[in-house]
This record gives sequence, structure tokens and C-alpha cells, in this order.
Amino acid sequence: MQFGIFSVSDVTTDPTTGRTPTEHERIKAMVTIALKAEEVGLDVFASGEHHNRPFVASSPTTMLGYVAARTEKLILSTSTTLITTNDPVKIAEDFAMLQHLADGRVDLMMGRGNTGPVYPWFGQDIRQGIPLALENYNLLHRLWREDVIDWEGKFRTPLQGFTSTPRPLDDVPPFVWHGSIRSPEIAEQAAYYGDGFFHNNIFWPPTHTRKLISLYRRRFEHYGHGKADQAIVGLGGQVFMRKNSQDAVKEFRPYFDNAPVYGGGPSLEDFTRETPLTVGSPQEVIDRTLGFRETFGDYQRQLFLMDHAGLPLKTVLEQLDILGEEVVPVLRKEFAAMKPAHVPNAPTHASLLAAKEQTTTKTEETR
Amino acid sequence: MTRKLVTVTAGLSNPSSTRLLADRLTTAAEEALVDRGEQARVRVVELREVAHDIMNAMTTRVPTGELPDVLADIAEADGVIAVTPVFNASYSGLFKSFFDVIEPGTLEGTPVLIAATGGSPRHSLVLEHALRPMFSYTRSVVVPTGVYAASEDWGAGDGGGRELSERIARAARQLAMLVTEHTSDAVDPFEEPTSFAELMSGLGH
Repeated sequence: MQFGIFSVSDVTTDPTTGRTPTEHERIKAMVTIALKAEEVGLDVFASGEHHNRPFVASSPTTMLGYVAARTEKLILSTSTTLITTNDPVKIAEDFAMLQHLADGRVDLMMGRGNTGPVYPWFGQDIRQGIPLALENYNLLHRLWREDVIDWEGKFRTPLQGFTSTPRPLDDVPPFVWHGSIRSPEIAEQAAYYGDGFFHNNIFWPPTHTRKLISLYRRRFEHYGHGKADQAIVGLGGQVFMRKNSQDAVKEFRPYFDNAPVYGGGPSLEDFTRETPLTVGSPQEVIDRTLGFRETFGDYQRQLFLMDHAGLPLKTVLEQLDILGEEVVPVLRKEFAAMKPAHVPNAPTHASLLAAKEQTTTKTEETR
Repeated sequence: MTRKLVTVTAGLSNPSSTRLLADRLTTAAEEALVDRGEQARVRVVELREVAHDIMNAMTTRVPTGELPDVLADIAEADGVIAVTPVFNASYSGLFKSFFDVIEPGTLEGTPVLIAATGGSPRHSLVLEHALRPMFSYTRSVVVPTGVYAASEDWGAGDGGGRELSERIARAARQLAMLVTEHTSDAVDPFEEPTSFAELMSGLGH
């Protein structure tokens, strides 16, 4: 099982000091956080993509390329890459380039983006969100698998004899996750391709999230990629930890109460009860996270949201220390002990390459 | 067969005239269903009791407390009785907020009886200029007779009480008629998703 962190890249005023980081500080902090993720033994760092304030991550592959150069093992991913407003040709090129630079330590997560005004800045319309996600990904999928492509669709200018360069590393396209919090169409899409499905699992009660994940698992089996419990599932989560629960609650409360997404809404207590947010001791985080498996089945990737709501860099780094030292080692052991042998791990470049070589050998043998 | 009714009442005081009207409409609707050979199972929702949860759902989309259960019952209802006090010449903010946090499409085809209470008969058209258009927007089937009760209708004025009773009975009969014909053909998109081929064919692929 893979463990990692995902960032939304928000620039938010620290409510306890009134200080707002500059964009430069926030961007540098994200890099420091990514490097820390590798240092404390996490597997994945994923950056969001936004083109509006208060967010800074408008150019994920630039940041991930920089992080790639300064890390050895960390898988670089996104949360999410906008398949609606980006040109799929540019996504194909950018991530293939990143894949080469990072020696394959790359995957990505498709998402639609939910801010209406952003779409027209890129010549699109949010009302076409699902059709854009379907058509653009269909093209992206082909661009990475066919050397020369003729293509015509509804949203993009046609392509005649086009080759997306560079070709994916070892001719193995990056593994793709599809992220959605409420759309059955996206679960269906992920299942059709046999790609991964990621639920951010943050704002929704588990009953809702389970419906979407069950649908993905069922349809994954329907499309012949394996059994439902072999589908590739990723989940988000958000935690804040201190040795004593009360200290965690006391320290996190002002950030919760003033966060752009929760402020003025439910109490911290309501929100932790109804959603996967856990504010407490490392042991409470371990218990809660193990509970995800009971709700959603064996899954392959767990990402935590750690750097948001104006939490200062120093605090985030302390949180990563706790996560890496006290939480993830226990989770790795527990999850591994419970996972049946037929449930696969999350695909990596190495595993996809091995699978491809095996298929090639088999084909040659039958000739 | 047993029909599921949900009565939504947005009165704030206890006891409230809004709840009183809601109860009378509910009883009348049950009787009207029995007259048609049907049974009724009723849930009365006092919005005040889920007011904080409604705001939680509005600010973060996370339905807390009893609210998910209430929303599930609304989704399965064969008929809804919606009663609000008149505030500032319209439905109350709490009433509107509740219907704002219901997922779009939930009320499509659901018969809805609209009713309101006010201190003066001069606001009776609130049913026609505020409630009816809102429920039309939700694609629910709004009962032709709406029921408005002002202070004088509670028996103080000349024959006001009798007229209110007649109006309640008429609205309840009309609701019962629609409820009896209501069939839920809603497809759960999580149980029966649109297939990938169908999704793509919509794009001409």
C-alpha cells in the first residue's frame, strides 16, 4: 500500500498570527513539504492544479520536475490534473517529459475542477464538464499508446498524423487515477479503462463515498479487468495530530474554524464525527485509517491532506514527522497483514513495465 | 398500499401556528388516503430541530445529525406537505434553506401540498408568488389548492375557521389523489450507471 500527501496549494492567512504567506513562500514551502515526505518515508507527493486565487499550483509538472530532481524514491502525482480545461495533447507531453526526468516515478490523477468561471478562461464551459472529461481523456489515453494518431472530436481541433513527444518512458504510459467526489460517470470511466479511482474522502460521509467506490469496483469487474476487490482504489483523508488528543484539538481548532472550506460551518466535533477528518493522537489516526478498509475494502493508496488552512510550515513538517514515524509504519504493517494475496498493489512504472515485458514474451512464445 | 408522506414545517415557536396547520393538513391527508383505500405512513419534520444541520450542509455540503435521514425520507416520499410561516413577505429563510440543500432532481414528480401561515390575510398570495414557483422549479407536482392561514382563520373571524377547514380538506383530497398515482421511477445512478459506451456515444464517438 502506498502512503503519501496531497496539497491543494492554498495561500491562507494563519488565523492565529494574522500572517499571510507570499506566493513565493508558499511555493517554496510546498517543495520543502514534498522533500520532507520522502525524508519521513512516504511514497507519494501529489500537487493540486488551480488557476485562481488563493491557490498557487497552476503549473504542477514544473514543480514536480523540480521535486523529482531533489528526490530519489518519491512518486510524483497530481490531485488533480484538469482534464477539462487542459489540452490533452499538452498533458500527454508534459507528463511524458516528467516521466523521463523522474525515471518513471510519476502518475497522475484526472479531475474536472468545480469552479465555473475558470472554464471560460481556457475556452471551455463547466456545463460540458463530464463530456470534456470523457473526450479529452479518451484522446490522452490514445496519445500515450499510439505513435501516430488521427483524431477528431467535439472539443478540440482535429489531429492528422500527430505524434505526441516524447513517447512515454519505456513505452509505458503513466498510471492514471480518476478523482471524483460525486459523479458516477467518472467511476464508470475509471472502471472502463481499468484505471485507478480516487475519492478525496474529505467532505463526504462514508456512506456516500462507499456508493461511488462500490460502483467503480463492480464496473471494473464488469469490464474484465479483474475481480471487484482487485480494482485500484485511492482515498484521501485529513488529520492533525499531537501526542495528546486534547492538544491536537486545541491547536487545530482556530485553523478549522477559519478555514475557507469549513469556516462558519459545522463544529470541529460534528465534522470529525461525520467525515474522515481526524484530530487527535497518532493512535486515533491509525484506528480511523484502518477503519477505511472496513468501509471501502482493501485499497492501494492513502493520501493525507496536511498543508492547508494556513497551518505554518513548521507545524506541517512536525505533522509529517509524526505521520512518517508513528503512523505510517504501523499502517503499513497492519494493512499488509490484512490484505489477501490476490489484491494487487498500486501499479508503478516498474510493475507496469514488468507486466508489459511479460505480455511481450508471451506473445513471442506463441508465435 | 402504504404511501409515505413527509410533512415539513418551518415554524419556530412552540407551539406554532405553522405546526398546527401542518398537523391539520397531515391528518386530513391521512384521512383522504384512507378514503381512497390507501394507508399512510407519516413523518413530520420540524425544521427547527435540524436548523444547524441545514446550515452545515449549506456551508460544507456535509449533512450532519438527523439531516441525512430526513433527506432520505424526502427522496422516498410519495407526497410532501410543506408549511412555512411568512417572513418579510415570503417563505422563511430556514424553509428555503432546507429545500436548497436537497439534491437537484430529488423532488421531481413528487406531489407537494404548499401551505403558509401569517399574521395577516394580506400575504396569502405568498403561496402563488413564492412557494408555487419554487416547487415548480424542483419539478415537483404542486397541488392546485394551497392553504394559507392568517390569525383570523383560526376561528376568530366571521366563519374563518370553517372556511379554513374546507380548504384543508380540499387540498388534502387533491394531494391524496396525486399521491395515489405517484410512482417512483427514479433510477439510482450508483446502482444503474450509464454505460461507458452510452456516455461516449453522446459525444458522437
